[in-house]
This record gives sequence, C-alpha cells and structure tokens, in this order.
Amino acid sequence: MARPLVNVPAKVKRGQAFEIKTLISHIMETGFRYTTTGERIPRDIITFFSCSYNGEEIFRADLYPAISANPFFTFFTTATESGTLEFKWTGDNGFAETATAKITVE
Amino acid sequence: MKQRNQGSTRREILIGSLAGGLVATFRISDVAATPEAMRSAIRQIVGTAQVRKGRVDLDVPPLVENGNTVSLVVSVDSPMTKTDYVKSIHVFNEKNPQPNVIGVHLGPRAGKAKIATRFRLADTQVITAIAEMSDGTFWSASAEMIVTMAACVEVL
Repeated sequence: MARPLVNVPAKVKRGQAFEIKTLISHIMETGFRYTTTGERIPRDIITFFSCSYNGEEIFRADLYPAISANPFFTFFTTATESGTLEFKWTGDNGFAETATAKITVE
Repeated sequence: MKQRNQGSTRREILIGSLAGGLVATFRISDVAATPEAMRSAIRQIVGTAQVRKGRVDLDVPPLVENGNTVSLVVSVDSPMTKTDYVKSIHVFNEKNPQPNVIGVHLGPRAGKAKIATRFRLADTQVITAIAEMSDGTFWSASAEMIVTMAACVEVL
C-alpha cells in the first residue's frame, strides 16, 4: 500500500501562512522505459493531487511522468479556522489514496 | 560496362546506408521532447498572451549528478491578496520525453506563492517555469541544468 505522509504544524496563529509537506510512496513509472527483452514498461503514475481545507480546495496539481518516484510536495496556505485538511491522490490503474490532518488555529 | 555497373551498386549501398543512418537518428529523437515541443506545450497553457521575464524565482541545482530526483522550488513575487494573486504555476522542460513537468493551481488563500517538489531530468537542458497571475498576465523564469546521469529512458 502506498502510505502517505503529511506534515502540518499542530497549532498556527490566525491569518498566518503555514507550510504543508506531503510525501507518498509510488513508483511513478514513466512509460518510456524498456526491459532488457525490449518490451515497453507501461505507464503507472499519479496524475492528480489536491488538498482542501474544511472542504474548500486550496491546492491542486497535475502530475506528469517527469515527477520523481515517491512524489513530494510542499506548499503554503493561510490559517483561517480550526479544522481538517484533506489530501487526495489519484492516478493510473485506478490508484486512489487519501489522508487527513487536523489543524488548530489560535 | 560491367565495372560501371558495379560502381553504381556501391553508390547505391552508400546512399542506402546513409538513409539508414538518418532513420536511426529520427528514431532516437522520437522519444525526446524538443525545444519546439516545449514551446507548443507553453502555447497550450498561455494561449496568445505574452510571457514576460521576471517575478518568478526558479531554484534548481545548476549541476545534477542523478537525474532521477532533482529538487525544484518555484516562488513567485506576489502579495497573494484576494485581488492580486498567483493562479497557477507550470514547469516545462526541453529534452525529457514529454515537455510538461507539473501544473499547479493556487488561490488567494495560499498566503505565499511557493511550491517545492522533485522531478526527473533526461538530459542537460533548460527548464522554464511560468506563473499565471489573477490579472491574466504571465511571468517566467528559466534555468540551465547540467545532468551527468540521465533519468526516464534507461533500459532496466
């Protein structure tokens, strides 16, 4: 299983921008590689990643084969209310993974 | 007469081998994006709008030992308010099999227009990041990267 890792500060001040870090294990096979017998290895990548904060989308990314194995992202958002951050990854061969993180806004 | 015939066959063989060489080079370039492919990929995103240099900071290592994981940090100079913010950031390459690297969509809530990820490089090439602002303007930055061990197309 692809276990996602999410790093969010536990407490943030209202109105402050904070950093979110995510990492998910995935092979990200490009589809441009061949085996020694000359067969093309089919593409198997994550194509989409999104993050929503209390239901509102704050970050979205379209991934291409040029993204390294085990896709890693960091991005920022502004603290508004305490609540949950939801992360979603989808990709080839029906790949779907989610993660959540709690955030306390002071 | 006979000798002349022989001469022409040798010429034919030479021409044939030359043509074969040309076909071989085309096959190699078939799997790689070209600067033209990158330009058309950029056109698909920006349309007819003008792309200006500046406001975007592309932080990548100038010399890459392993093309399989290269750190990429893009930050855009923007106040990130409700009326003036970065809508999206797109990164393109010239010589990987495909010209696109990533497309990121932000909003005014981001607070800070800075993203980081890791990507692959198949060759020494120029990387371009383009940011779309909320007012519809496009800004870009480019960086030349030297790669000693390539990614993407190696045989297992």
